[in-house]
Amino acid sequence: MEKKKLRLTVNKQEYEVYINPKALLVEVIRDEIGLTGTKRGCDTVSCGTCTLMINGMSVKSCSILAMQAEGAEITTIEGLEDNGKLAPIQKAFIDHGSYQCGFCAPGMIMSAQALLNENPHPTEWEIREGIEGNICRCTGYNSIVRAIDATAKGAYKEDRS
Amino acid sequence: MNKYTVINPPSDFKVINTHVHNIDGVAKVTGRATYTFDVKLPNMLYGKILRSPHPHAKILNIDYNKALQLRGVIGVATGKDTLGVKQGIWRRYQDLCDEQILPVDKVRYIGEPVAAVAAITEEIAEQALNLIDIDYEVLPAVYEPMEAIKKDAPEIHEGFERNINVTRHIEWGDVEEAFEEAEYIREDWFKCGGQAHMCMETRAAVSDYTPDGKLTIYHSNQSPYYMQGLMAGVLGMREGDIRIISTYVGGGFGGKFELDGAIFCSAVLSKKLFRPVKIVFTREEDFIATKRRTPMFYYVRTGVKKDGTFCAREAKVFTNGGAYTGMGATALYLTGFFHSFPYRWPGYRYDGYRVYTNTLPSTSMRGFGAPQAMWCSEQQIEWIAADLGLDPIDMRRKNSHYEGYEVPGQATIASCGIDQCYDEIKKWIASKGKLPPNRSIGLSACGFMSGGIFNWFDTPYSFSSAVVTINQDGTVELHVGAQEIGQGSNTTMAIICAETLGVKIEDIKVHSGDTDHCPPDLGAWGSRQTLMSGNAVKMAAEDAKKQLLEFAYAQSGLNIVYDLDIKDRWVHAIARPERGYDYGELVKKALRGKDGQRIVGRGYYTPHRKGMISPAYSYMLQGVEVEVDEETGKIKLVDTMTAHDCGQPINHLGLIGQLEGAFSMAAGYGYLEYMPYEDGKLMNPNLVDYKMIRATEMPPANIAEIDTYEPEGPYGAKEAGEGLTNPTAAAIGNALFHRFGIQLKECPIRPEMILNGLKEKAGQDKAAGKDKPGKKK
Repeated sequence: MEKKKLRLTVNKQEYEVYINPKALLVEVIRDEIGLTGTKRGCDTVSCGTCTLMINGMSVKSCSILAMQAEGAEITTIEGLEDNGKLAPIQKAFIDHGSYQCGFCAPGMIMSAQALLNENPHPTEWEIREGIEGNICRCTGYNSIVRAIDATAKGAYKEDRS
Repeated sequence: MNKYTVINPPSDFKVINTHVHNIDGVAKVTGRATYTFDVKLPNMLYGKILRSPHPHAKILNIDYNKALQLRGVIGVATGKDTLGVKQGIWRRYQDLCDEQILPVDKVRYIGEPVAAVAAITEEIAEQALNLIDIDYEVLPAVYEPMEAIKKDAPEIHEGFERNINVTRHIEWGDVEEAFEEAEYIREDWFKCGGQAHMCMETRAAVSDYTPDGKLTIYHSNQSPYYMQGLMAGVLGMREGDIRIISTYVGGGFGGKFELDGAIFCSAVLSKKLFRPVKIVFTREEDFIATKRRTPMFYYVRTGVKKDGTFCAREAKVFTNGGAYTGMGATALYLTGFFHSFPYRWPGYRYDGYRVYTNTLPSTSMRGFGAPQAMWCSEQQIEWIAADLGLDPIDMRRKNSHYEGYEVPGQATIASCGIDQCYDEIKKWIASKGKLPPNRSIGLSACGFMSGGIFNWFDTPYSFSSAVVTINQDGTVELHVGAQEIGQGSNTTMAIICAETLGVKIEDIKVHSGDTDHCPPDLGAWGSRQTLMSGNAVKMAAEDAKKQLLEFAYAQSGLNIVYDLDIKDRWVHAIARPERGYDYGELVKKALRGKDGQRIVGRGYYTPHRKGMISPAYSYMLQGVEVEVDEETGKIKLVDTMTAHDCGQPINHLGLIGQLEGAFSMAAGYGYLEYMPYEDGKLMNPNLVDYKMIRATEMPPANIAEIDTYEPEGPYGAKEAGEGLTNPTAAAIGNALFHRFGIQLKECPIRPEMILNGLKEKAGQDKAAGKDKPGKKK
């Protein structure tokens, strides 16, 4: 199949890649751009490990073609930190032990961040609904809910020093 | 949200049981952690596996010429490219080594690997699979153990009469006499389902064989040492020429310590082609062609006195072993042992039969046979209490293990907090007051082991080892063979090391998951690492500390009766903690005194004279509040409380995470995670149809941690996080029993079972002249 040129903005960086037009966004992010923080855990858009943000909203990157993301602002887990300073949600995950094997963590954190972007003061139930699309086989979710709740309540500040 | 209570006296620990973050946190929350799934080597090829569509068939011929002609295909491997070694993890017993991962003569389950292709892209490798022609002679197949043990059933492995793969017998006391003593006897049949490990990272391996005869494998597993040993066996290589690297592992849960198709096929291809080969399973492959929790049929007969004193129990168990042995042999033993837990039985007899069938092999999974055992035991005990009109908590309590109890011929219980667990759960139930009519509470007790004793792997090494090396600036290199799979092993080992040496957690660098650099250790399974690897780390740190303190003593000038210690990097006489000096200074002096050699401490652990099963046992009692929609039969978990005795907690955050996580997996086993097979084919091998607990289904998981001290464990610690997979299915079943009076004998509980149970119950009640189903509690 003939490759097509694609311009993508990932973590504020512009990339120009030549890809199979049928390639999924997750494949291009991982294999072409080389950002392997975004994972993949199923073939049915069910597990959420490939979640990233497009224009601030969470998207499972196995559910869209890379070509569909042309021109959009994509943020992956690697783009959450700012020059070595972790985002509040990342600090909260560490502080609450909200990951174990860590394989779901990048997708889970992106879902959490997108939820907070959309709804800065979610109820516990809204948090649970916000991460319902992400499977975590290790933690039982409650520590993740605690981390998101604490972040929403302002326990972890952005570090801009 | 959650409540976490510690019934635990304050201690003077500096690191143990404090709020220590997981030491791999930054790597894991920033996407830096590199899993096998992420590994990419120069010149790497991608492999794909062709799998059998038949549950049982002879392989007559494999023709892969067309596949080789596809542009981009570099090589194909079949059973003929292997040594044909029949391997198994019970390698001490030749007849339990029964699996060729690329079989030479026949396939025994749908999904079994038959050929593997290496190509320049995964896509091309996938296309090439369609170009391989295989002639099969399809054989009659059998899928259920009760069918497979029949005389005329198809023979799955040669020489195994009635397809019986392994048998296990456990017995103590005079069982017949003990049944004679009983005033009430009850017998039931139960069926326990399988369960997928469903690790978020599917099976993955990158094998790299080089012309100097060395093989390096990146692999997602729970025991690099086992992988090294098993791969040496199947490839005819020396263990020392194989390096296994497993830095970050995306979950294990008992499913990743046997050889899998990814590691074997990638290594065979790499050895043939002298290029790195990567194989990653799709989710569907992970469902149909790895292994699963062992499905079991349980017959239980229990005799008690009218006052609830337990007299005797006998159990007969037939397990669906699937096509091969693997760790299934251990599950067969452990289910029979833990079926007795946590109670004293004057007479106990267990006969287990593991039966081969033409289905996915079954093996260990978190709980290791005990969740099945408890599903049957804890429900039957609840029913007996109801039959006799006794309080189920009091009846359990009067028959429970206690500190110092000896399970005859099997185990000595050196620490046991089950008695306090009953008090905590009673308090929790009382705090609930009167429940709404659509809710009820069920209980279940259990215990679990802290690592296994029996050396079926036939290792010549200590079960666990550790090396502590102190650098000139006081930082510490801790080398362990213990494997981090997300359970927090690296952090737990760092905590034990820091506490023992008297330094800070950030002084410790943990090196694990690499057989070239870490000492052998049996790895992460059977809840063994905190106790066994923890003991090795403690010993290594004590060794290093002793060497340091020798220099401190030599120059202190103190009377010989004074003891020196290091705590929080402060070297001091224990009697005068305010007068001391910095640990870093001592390290520099010691280094000079040793002619520049670094301080190296070594530690190891192998259990001796600790009975048949394990050096130590954890205990727990769980209550689950369940809501059921009577129209749909749909279950909702509202709340749960677990009283839990794991000895001295070491890793505070890790412990909470383990207990909450175990609950979600156990609840899934209880009512969601169903694996239906039709003609040997799994009907729901994907995450749309295989349901598991998601965030919206998870209730608060409250914990009351009971303080005990386990003398065999490091700082008194024992198992945590696996045992809690055991009680939940039965607790849910018991809640349904108390609400509706129905007795469910099959797990996972599906809505239609509840609806059918209610219908049946209504019919029985009508016949008995009652107008409404009995509602209790």
